[in-house]
Amino acid sequence: MTEETKPFEPVIIGFTCNWCSYRAADLAGTARMKYAPNVRLIRLMCSGRLDPTFVFRAFAGGADAVLVSGCHPGDCHYSTQNYKALRRFLLMKRVLNQMGIESGRLKLLWASAAEGQIFANEITKFVEEVRLLGPLNWNTTGVNIPAEVAKEEVTA
Amino acid sequence: MSKPKFAMYWAASCGGCEIAVLNIHEKILDVDAAFDVVFWPVAMDAKYKDVEAMQDGEITLCLFNGGMRNDENEHIAKLLRRKSKIMVAFGSCACEGCIPGLANFSSIQDMVDTAFTTITTDNPDNIRPVSSYAMPEGNITIPTLNPMLKTLDQVVDVDYYMPGCPPESHQITAVVDLVIAALNGKAELPAKGATIGAGNSTVCDECPRKRNVKTIKEFRRIQFTTTDPELCLLEQGIPCNGVATRSGCNARCPSAAAQCIGCYGPAEGVVDYGARLISAFASVIDSDSPEEIDKILDGLVDPAGQFYRFNLAGSLLRASKLAQKG
Amino acid sequence: MQRITIDPITRLEGHGKIEIFLNEEGNVANTYFQIPELRGFERFCVGRPVEEMPLLTNRICGVCPEAHHMAAAKAVDAVYHVEVPPTGKKLRELLYMAFYATDHTTHFYALGGPDFIMGPDAPVAERNILGVIHKVGLEIGGKVIQMRKYGHTVVEIIGGRKVHPCTSIPGGLTKGITEEQRVEIEKMGRWAIEFAQFSLKAFNDIVLSNKTYLDLIVGDIYTHKTYYMGLVDANNKVNFYDGKVRVVGPDGKEYVKYEPKDYAANIAEHVEPWTYLKFPYLKNVGWKGFVDGPDSGVYMATPLSRLNTSDGMATPLAQAEYEKFYATLGGKPVHQRLAIHWARLIELLYAAEHWVELATDPEITSPNFHAIPTATPTEGVGIVEAPRGTLTHHYWTDERGVVTKVNLIVGTTNNYAPITMSIKKAADSLIKKGNVNEGLLNMVEMAFRAYDPCFGCATHSLPGQMPLEIIVRNPDGEPLEVLKQFCE
Repeated sequence: MTEETKPFEPVIIGFTCNWCSYRAADLAGTARMKYAPNVRLIRLMCSGRLDPTFVFRAFAGGADAVLVSGCHPGDCHYSTQNYKALRRFLLMKRVLNQMGIESGRLKLLWASAAEGQIFANEITKFVEEVRLLGPLNWNTTGVNIPAEVAKEEVTA
Repeated sequence: MSKPKFAMYWAASCGGCEIAVLNIHEKILDVDAAFDVVFWPVAMDAKYKDVEAMQDGEITLCLFNGGMRNDENEHIAKLLRRKSKIMVAFGSCACEGCIPGLANFSSIQDMVDTAFTTITTDNPDNIRPVSSYAMPEGNITIPTLNPMLKTLDQVVDVDYYMPGCPPESHQITAVVDLVIAALNGKAELPAKGATIGAGNSTVCDECPRKRNVKTIKEFRRIQFTTTDPELCLLEQGIPCNGVATRSGCNARCPSAAAQCIGCYGPAEGVVDYGARLISAFASVIDSDSPEEIDKILDGLVDPAGQFYRFNLAGSLLRASKLAQKG
Repeated sequence: MQRITIDPITRLEGHGKIEIFLNEEGNVANTYFQIPELRGFERFCVGRPVEEMPLLTNRICGVCPEAHHMAAAKAVDAVYHVEVPPTGKKLRELLYMAFYATDHTTHFYALGGPDFIMGPDAPVAERNILGVIHKVGLEIGGKVIQMRKYGHTVVEIIGGRKVHPCTSIPGGLTKGITEEQRVEIEKMGRWAIEFAQFSLKAFNDIVLSNKTYLDLIVGDIYTHKTYYMGLVDANNKVNFYDGKVRVVGPDGKEYVKYEPKDYAANIAEHVEPWTYLKFPYLKNVGWKGFVDGPDSGVYMATPLSRLNTSDGMATPLAQAEYEKFYATLGGKPVHQRLAIHWARLIELLYAAEHWVELATDPEITSPNFHAIPTATPTEGVGIVEAPRGTLTHHYWTDERGVVTKVNLIVGTTNNYAPITMSIKKAADSLIKKGNVNEGLLNMVEMAFRAYDPCFGCATHSLPGQMPLEIIVRNPDGEPLEVLKQFCE
């Protein structure tokens, strides 16, 4: 395949919680379930540990999408902290939309430790959705931005 | 022995920082006694040529306010950086972009188009300004706009940051005293990169209002409610940014029954101001149901503006996707 | 063609640059006054909740944020179709009067005053606030500081902060004042009246009593016969905060009087590609270029304009000064731009008198300073007189009150064409046969300084000179002669 025809491979950062979703990923791995390799997992002790800063840093740093995953509501290992993740996720989505980052690039997934197959399927589905959205190419340096205004010269 | 040299310059700014310096009132005489003011375009007669003629590092202290909106702003920032020993990013514009940084929500072309097609603008040929124009008599020029507004430290190395829109005059007085003492060997300047003229905590610490556990069922806009003058504004559902905003201003606005809008920038240790506020606001919402949470969030009609009002250009994301398209 | 570049203009908010071209005979062929910056408020305020506009538009100018705050406050009231209770209006106007007194003071003493108090031909080294202090008295510096302190104290009491007030919301204010605060405000206002009278007396003793200066003021070099614009109340008296916009022609007769909401039917803005700022003009007269007279839509908005366009001042001491002003200068309207300095002091007196009137109003400490809006927000216009000219804010919102469109016409912008014309006329009169001398430096400065271009602040202890460097080049661009004033 040439450079031009290689399909775009999304880079996705996935924040998972130690007690449920990370174990679901582990289960998928040990059971040798096949799923898209695009998600780089980062383990937090709890989804409630997710500081929105992590998500913003991921996008600013080149991620095409971010996944946040934790225990099902009611099953949080620390009782109710996954609701914090839920609230932060909902507010973050609105802010990111205003920044031009589409809703489809930030996903919240509840997964219990036993749901390895579900976890794998959701990831594969997410990767395809992001592939359709295309690369995010976040540009904080201002380099390669075309058509600077008022650069034109008018000569006599 | 000649006095150490002082400069103050404004890039894309509003002049409020200059007024804040003048509002130190009689203290300005201490500045005059301790320094030779060699460049301050708003107030005295030196020109760019005079700065260019100086030796590198000849200016001891330069208070630089204003953001980097065009190539002239950047050019002068680099010039003054070369000629100054200590470069202070003075005020919110230089530190984090401030209000003009809100232009980073849209493209620069859009910004110029809007200004030149307002309902009162008479522009039948749909003209836009150009950087060099040949008059019958000769070429005349204006600066080129940057596609995204930048902070001072995104263009040059900055020694100290002094936040605020503008920095409060009592803080400026304190910094003036500190610098004069340091020049006389009676005090130490903080480590490079420090934030000066401000506190280490948040506005909440200076706010006189009573605070309890916050459980918000509804965000209210200030005009639609009569607020309790003693109680925390955020607790009453008024979106107050004091929770993540640096202290040092004496909580002027909440003391006047207006919400903190965040002009003193991020509190100590905050990496991304907006992200921190998202966390704070999400924490106080009193609901676990996605539908109810969404309904409560509908009360914030402009969350990105609320959380990045002064800080967009200095945030992790810096500008919206539209601005990155040019 | 020879070119004279004056860059940067100082004592202007932001930056500005003047280019003067000389023809083969060495006389002025043309002059261009360029504004090199644009920040984009009309775009980036879109998407913001409209109640933030009094806070966001403060940052258009940190010298006169109070003016933007008030225009924005009135515009958001109009957007919500809400009537502010009398106490709310009076508190806002009281803040505004204290601000006016401060702002006019700093302009006169540090910018305009030196030209007259020392004289345009005084040694350059003395033509600044220090020279003023030595000539008029050492206390003057202290008085100027005191006036600035008092003014900003009132702004902070009512507006919450000294710079960028925060208390205006749709329907009124977030807070009122206590009786204790009212007493303090009244006391400072009475001091301000004395200070204003002192300033007028100083102007009379030093400027008007001196024939050379008087000739300069009434002379032709700085005269343009344009239209004049200002806000007037129901009795056609000058009002900074509220009223209708009145425009009189070069002959002094009323040309039009309109409600703020009708501004767009009366004003248009001409565009040139060599500057970021537009040139407002009277739409129904038309843009005829940088010329004055009744057939040109160019108009001026300054303290002089406000006096010309009104039938008088609403307070007694200022009214007496108004009458003396026109009696001295030969009747209405007055076209000589240097008279703006005198008009500014008369306004200073009015601001101080009205400050005391409002501070002693029985409703001023009432807790009824806010009415909650109930109507659906749509669109609104707010107009006030900024110290530098008529200031217009126009907002459109969606049904939630989120801004969808903004149009602003800012104080100094009104005067962009007149300032350009004044600079050219001064240059034309003075530069003949390529002889550029020190007189030009000061006379050009005086032409635009009279308008108090947007940034009227200065200091007490610095030289306060206009930094001016004039480079005369031959047609190949090589410098022939460099004239400097207060630069190395």
